[in-house]
Amino acid sequence: MATENNNNTPKDNKGPESEGRRNALKTLATIPVLGALGYGVYRKQKHDKEAKSLGSAFRFDQEHRMIPAQPDGKKIRIGMIGFGIRGKQLMRAAGFAEPSWIDGLIEGAKNDSKDKRYEQFLEQDDLNIEVTGVCDIFDVYGEAAALTASNIHREGSNGKFGKRPTRYRTYKELLAADDIDAVIIATPDHWHSTMAMEAAKAGKHVYVEKPLSWTVPETYAVRQVVKETGIVFQLGHQGRQTDSYIRAKEIIDKGLIGKVSLIEVCTNRNDPNGAWVYPLIEGASPDTIDWKQFEGPEERIKEYTDYMTSNNLQRYIGPDPRDRFSLERFFRWRCWWDYSTGLSGDLLTHEYDAINQIFGVGIPHSATSSGGVYFFKDGRTVPDVLQTTFEFPDRDMTMLYSATLASNRPRGKVIMGHDAQMELSNTITLKADPASEIYKDKIDKGIIKPNEPFYTYIPGQNSVDAITSPTELYFAQRGLLYTYVSGKRYDTTHLHIREWLECIRQGKQPSCNIDAAFQEAMTAHMGTHAYLEGRTMYWDKEKEEIVKG
Amino acid sequence: MIQKDSYTSAQLTAMVVLRLFIGWHFAYEGLVKILNPKWTSLPYLLDSKGFMSDFFAGLASDPAMMNMVNALNEWALLLIGLGLITGAFSKLSSIGAMILLAFYYLSHPSFIGAQYMMPFEGSYLWIDKNLVEMAALAVLLAFPTSHIIGLDRYLKKAIPLLSKLKLM
Repeated sequence: MATENNNNTPKDNKGPESEGRRNALKTLATIPVLGALGYGVYRKQKHDKEAKSLGSAFRFDQEHRMIPAQPDGKKIRIGMIGFGIRGKQLMRAAGFAEPSWIDGLIEGAKNDSKDKRYEQFLEQDDLNIEVTGVCDIFDVYGEAAALTASNIHREGSNGKFGKRPTRYRTYKELLAADDIDAVIIATPDHWHSTMAMEAAKAGKHVYVEKPLSWTVPETYAVRQVVKETGIVFQLGHQGRQTDSYIRAKEIIDKGLIGKVSLIEVCTNRNDPNGAWVYPLIEGASPDTIDWKQFEGPEERIKEYTDYMTSNNLQRYIGPDPRDRFSLERFFRWRCWWDYSTGLSGDLLTHEYDAINQIFGVGIPHSATSSGGVYFFKDGRTVPDVLQTTFEFPDRDMTMLYSATLASNRPRGKVIMGHDAQMELSNTITLKADPASEIYKDKIDKGIIKPNEPFYTYIPGQNSVDAITSPTELYFAQRGLLYTYVSGKRYDTTHLHIREWLECIRQGKQPSCNIDAAFQEAMTAHMGTHAYLEGRTMYWDKEKEEIVKG
Repeated sequence: MIQKDSYTSAQLTAMVVLRLFIGWHFAYEGLVKILNPKWTSLPYLLDSKGFMSDFFAGLASDPAMMNMVNALNEWALLLIGLGLITGAFSKLSSIGAMILLAFYYLSHPSFIGAQYMMPFEGSYLWIDKNLVEMAALAVLLAFPTSHIIGLDRYLKKAIPLLSKLKLM
């Protein structure tokens, strides 16, 4: 078939010298292509660098800075008060899980090799603590807490357990114990400040779940006690440990989104659990629940009732009498003002604390709220839809909180700057404003397209100082890289507890200390009072008082 | 059967051009990754679908393994590309290239119902561009040119052992 011969055959009889040259030519014929490739790559790199570079302004420090653990730090003995849903999560974050929960993880890993939850839990750092006392007023939870605290090897039901901690019937007995240095409090809202104060007076360091307080008067009292006793106090806003919030602060402080005039933060949930309709646990009865303790501290109840009655808000009290046993009220206490702080205390506070962490805004000048019980008409008194507007005139800024427990529409935190908007979650996305002044040059040159993401921050991927590539964006939006990149992923609650423990060991102040907690609680109370009373609430900075509009 | 040493000019030109193009593609894919210190195949592996997805996700779960997979992939791409362009170890390069492509295909097969995070440009059913390139490499294997135009022309004389080991 082949007629023309292209190889050097004997016919090519032109002498050894020319044959050698031909040989060399044929051997090296394609080498110039390498030059072309090299030149092409050089041109492409140069172009990309110019077209994508955001300049040195987008170079940042390293990742999350953990307080370095003190070598040979002393073992801290913990008392755990409250072992409901959040209490269990906190104990896991501290390294102690219920064996039945671990059984589930082991089973999961057995059925699906991609299920790494057990492996990750085993790898979670040891915090060098011992849980020596537990307390819950529901027997089932109290026993579970004791078992969990003794699960020091992180094993399932068939595993080996350590020493069983003392189970106390009342938190007062637990606080009186000598073998407890610090307490973690995860009780209903109406107990937070009271327990924190008594713990502080007993010389125990305190980690308490948010919000700081249930009534306004106790907010001042708990701040005073914590300061006077000098204990190490941490409020449970684990968002303080979120990498992206730390980076968001850096971006905003550098002026990279321009002057911020409006912040929109949201809560969207759409299932009974998210709306606080938690399951009623088997074994719960007047015999196994200490209802008297559940009712709450007398002084607090008086403050609460006084506020409600003096403002003609009796319709929000109850409707059940406080002394009547009710499984619904015990397990779903968040649905009633009698124990709860509603959306403001439970979920708005997370959003506010994130913004306070980033901007250091402090307590807002005013709060206006509206909403209602629009979907979960199950007898609850707290609203399931709530809008609260906070004004910060000294910062020329508004923060709008918008929540519904009956729609999952994803609305993240959006920070609206004159030059760019920031969408903030576990990742950060920046989009330039078409009217931006600082990005005008890059927009005119076509390097940045307005309203399209030009910068994304994904934890674990540092030093991104170039325009976001489509690939990065796809993965950022799906949160994949966050989960796996730097090898080890830390749970923020774990980090938050760890920071508190390290501060106890080193005599430092944690990130969500009593001052931040005071601001958080007052802000939430302003929003709640505005909703309940139907008028704007103002903050008198001098007198540190909420003033009615 | 065509005599390997007796291509027409058109045949030889076409085959060498095909070799260069595939080589260029591999070399550039490798260079892009090597020049980007942040590059990792991790999300790509995690997004794997099909009957091999467990295997690929498994590679991604161990950081040490991940580093090795990344380095192997980057440098294999570059070396294979250079091999094809210069016509060095072309048989080894072609087979290596086919193995890499087989991995890419198996990790992201264009099966009915498979949905990927990164959309492909174009539309594929069962046969995707990886398979087409693989078939083209099979053609390169069957119709070698590096011993005519390429470093193998020199290498096979200089190091006869390489020929014996069928590396070229």
